[in-house]
Amino acid sequence: MRLTRYQRPDLWSWSGFSRLTNLQDEINRLFEGSVTNGRGSDVFNSWAPTMDVYEDADNLIVRAEIPGMKKEDIEISFQGSVLTISGERRSEKRVEGAQPAREERFFGRFTRSVSLEKQVNSGAIKANYKDGVLTVTLPKAEEAKPRQIEVQS
Amino acid sequence: MNNDVVTQEKRAVREQAQHPQSPATQRWVQPAVNIVETGEGYTLEAEMPGVSKDGLEVLLDGNELTIIGRKNPFTGQAHLVYRESNDYDFRRVFELDPVIDASRAVAKIENGLLRLELPKAERVKPRKIAVE
Repeated sequence: MRLTRYQRPDLWSWSGFSRLTNLQDEINRLFEGSVTNGRGSDVFNSWAPTMDVYEDADNLIVRAEIPGMKKEDIEISFQGSVLTISGERRSEKRVEGAQPAREERFFGRFTRSVSLEKQVNSGAIKANYKDGVLTVTLPKAEEAKPRQIEVQS
Repeated sequence: MNNDVVTQEKRAVREQAQHPQSPATQRWVQPAVNIVETGEGYTLEAEMPGVSKDGLEVLLDGNELTIIGRKNPFTGQAHLVYRESNDYDFRRVFELDPVIDASRAVAKIENGLLRLELPKAERVKPRKIAVE
């Protein structure tokens, strides 16, 4: 199982080329004209939700902690064997005259991908967003399920 | 983070990172918060993924505010393959600005985001005085 490296949002560090894909995405995004929330480039301010992977006999289950999202702002895609969760967390409109006293939350776009080793029935993938946790259930393809072989006498 | 803002005299809510009453046996994580001040009061947002209304505790004791969020564990037969999240519950303590009228505080949690409205007492709100 291969995962895109998790970047703790509060501990940003420049890790060279391991984030090249993100950098590339970011450059593409810059040229698309989307503007980040006044903090400059997302390369230096990106955030990503944590991701967990579970497996049972029938399913692979991917869970991501993305609090404070709107369901409509979450995008999930599956291509080849790669599940990608992306979206945009929007900050609420500032009330006039409001003074920020503490700003620790991250806003803006995020993307996380996970490459799944098992074959998945991509037509039957389900997703659920509850209490700020996204749960994606990917049923295994029949050939990827464990099976018991009967011994014949 | 914005410590300079917080330590300013007219700051919003001062937090205590290490609270003396914090139970030594349990580990907690501090939720990320945003705090905004308006003339009407303060709005505090805290990220607590996996916490539903039942797992949320907001305690007001004098001028001390404690927020606790207990995560609903992921249940099922599935076994873990890879993990980045943790099991720790959320807890964070703040010292409230004395202008806050704690009796009118309102808390709600939606999609793992706690939103706490802490209105200022009527007497300290900015007001316009009519000229006769």
